[in-house]
Amino acid sequence: MDYKFYTCLTWFSQHVRGLFVFVAGSVLLPAVANAKALNIDVIYVQQSSNQAAQPLLLKKTPDNLTIAGAELAIKDSNTTGRFLKHEYALLGVTGATSEEIITALKQRLNGQPAILLTDLPTTTLKVVADLALANGSVVINAGEADNSLRVSECRGGMLHTLASRAMLTDAMAQFFMARRWREWFVISGESDADKAFAESISRSAKRFGAKITGQKTWSFNTDLRRSAQREVPLFTQGDDYDVVLVADESDLFGNYIPNNTWLPRPVAGTHGLIPTTWHWALEQWGATQLQNRFYEQFGREMLDKDYAAWLAVRSISEAVTRTQTNNPKALYSYLMSNDFELAAFKGRKLSFRPWNGQLRQPIPLVHPKGLTSLSPQEGYLHPSTDLDTLGFDKPESRCDMAY
Amino acid sequence: MRLLVFAAGLLTALVSQAEVAYVSNEKSDTLTLIDVDKLEVIDTLEVGMRPRGIIFSQDYKYLYICASESDAVQVMDLATHKVIHNLPSGEDPEQFALHPNNRHLYIANEDSAVVTVVDTVDRTVIAQIDVGIEPEGMAVSPDGKWVINTSETTNMLHWIDASTHELVDNTLVDQRPRHVEFSKSGDKVWASAEIGGTVDVIDTVSRELIKKITFKIPGVHRDKIQPVGIKLTNNGKYAFVALGPANHVAVIDASSYEVLDYLLVGRRVWQLAFAKEQSLLFTTNGVSGDVSVIDVEDLKVIKTIKAGRYPWGVVVKP
Repeated sequence: MDYKFYTCLTWFSQHVRGLFVFVAGSVLLPAVANAKALNIDVIYVQQSSNQAAQPLLLKKTPDNLTIAGAELAIKDSNTTGRFLKHEYALLGVTGATSEEIITALKQRLNGQPAILLTDLPTTTLKVVADLALANGSVVINAGEADNSLRVSECRGGMLHTLASRAMLTDAMAQFFMARRWREWFVISGESDADKAFAESISRSAKRFGAKITGQKTWSFNTDLRRSAQREVPLFTQGDDYDVVLVADESDLFGNYIPNNTWLPRPVAGTHGLIPTTWHWALEQWGATQLQNRFYEQFGREMLDKDYAAWLAVRSISEAVTRTQTNNPKALYSYLMSNDFELAAFKGRKLSFRPWNGQLRQPIPLVHPKGLTSLSPQEGYLHPSTDLDTLGFDKPESRCDMAY
Repeated sequence: MRLLVFAAGLLTALVSQAEVAYVSNEKSDTLTLIDVDKLEVIDTLEVGMRPRGIIFSQDYKYLYICASESDAVQVMDLATHKVIHNLPSGEDPEQFALHPNNRHLYIANEDSAVVTVVDTVDRTVIAQIDVGIEPEGMAVSPDGKWVINTSETTNMLHWIDASTHELVDNTLVDQRPRHVEFSKSGDKVWASAEIGGTVDVIDTVSRELIKKITFKIPGVHRDKIQPVGIKLTNNGKYAFVALGPANHVAVIDASSYEVLDYLLVGRRVWQLAFAKEQSLLFTTNGVSGDVSVIDVEDLKVIKTIKAGRYPWGVVVKP
């Protein structure tokens, strides 16, 4: 850029000397004026059947969950891009099944590398990633917390901005240990997601030295709305525990547990005190501005997947701003380098873990209307950054991220 | 000797009143007034909601207050300590800068990505300039030619020509630029990047980076070193940088850009102001709710003064 600018002026100075003096002397030359215009298209891939079931009669999952965050980040990035001649756009690919999605995506990609932002379940994500990565794309997962994607099912070229379940349960475990709540009673639902969350709890217990004194699976298929007060105390009888952990990602029973346990104990996990990538009540670290922008545009609160999608697009935009390219592979290598850092309203810079592509980030622990704590907790040390005490550290991951 | 000091003190008292530091308390919606000689709180004034940036008019007749959540810049008459009127400020004003003409106020509107230019005499908006996301830091060059705004999420310094109110250039800096400060002669601009953890020194004429200053405090993780407020001594000797949650103020040699020392102050140190002909430096400490006073010659913290909740800005009236 500078070189071109220089040669242009040199040419003028050699050939039209008077004009050169005029140009340099009277016009302010913006440093970016001769930057080449760049178009950055982000392809948003969503499985329509990936929307959670709606077991709560009155609390609906917003239709634009996840994509709303991407839309806001595109808008934010275009404000920045205006000064650099960078133009961002969001394109969509959806389908009910992975076959439908693959067909639509093939058409969209047309053999070209692209920037993909996904809200897909693991099985679909893997096929989509394999297709896109085969021709040099970058894929950012903003919708799936599956641990396996960070341990063994990683792919060079694939990044994750949503926190993994392991990061969530580690964040919670650190808080419990700081509070000396060492004995846990775990209630898990029967779905694969619930089991995965419960496994993640077990892993965190082992990692931070907690003891699981009771573990039960919730297999009632009755509607407990009017009998929770009778049933839940009986269900939670057992050896003493400091806290009850719930693994119910689809909201089937978790809402009946708080305040109904046999022993008067706090409830945490998917219900009660919740570890999450993002929550609307965060207002520190300038977060108010982001929350306000989101609310103004969509008329609802910003949820974890919205934030993860916002992070994904903002990461891309930050990489484009610094590298002046829209080449997906080049962006991936910048994102995975030590140079990349992102300010994201969590009080410190975020970056990607080079061993599995997971975005390191503090994890808020929230109750329905406020923030209780933010992990990592003080005292959990790590040779490079305490953020790596949450989730899978380098030795635990078996990924090859070369791309 | 003691008598002499007393006599000198008396003389000063007769000639002029003591200097007063005005501290804006973001969460108690007040200003704390501190007597700079006694280093004691002398008054607390109620102002608009979430007061942050504060500055004096050049004749010290008025204090301008960014009352962010009241969406107003309030004008306080310093003779009576009454808010006499509001200026049209645009949404969520956070920081601002006054042009040397003592008339034009440049206000960063954090929520709406614009800089609003207000005529303080006519009380009218004379321009709004589109800038990046979350405009924050504001400064006007001593010669009045340049207005610089920083945008926290766009990560740029926006150079605005004060005569045309056009945005003419942008300088990319590290993550979350918070504050800009011109050197006394105006030849350099110092800009802090809170999340990037750096301070950039930029040449005003070429708009090129001269030096990127980084910080290192033993026992404090680098992510917690988050530079915010900057003050430069007029003699060109020192730059002081408030390092936010690192709870220290960095002392920098303003010519070699070498960090000379880190002074431990209160928690989440935010903005700075000189007093007593730059022999003292006041710091606002948000989380600990107090103000630290630094002796500039000895580079030592000499006193901590309790303020309101979340002290944000500080200015000193001579």
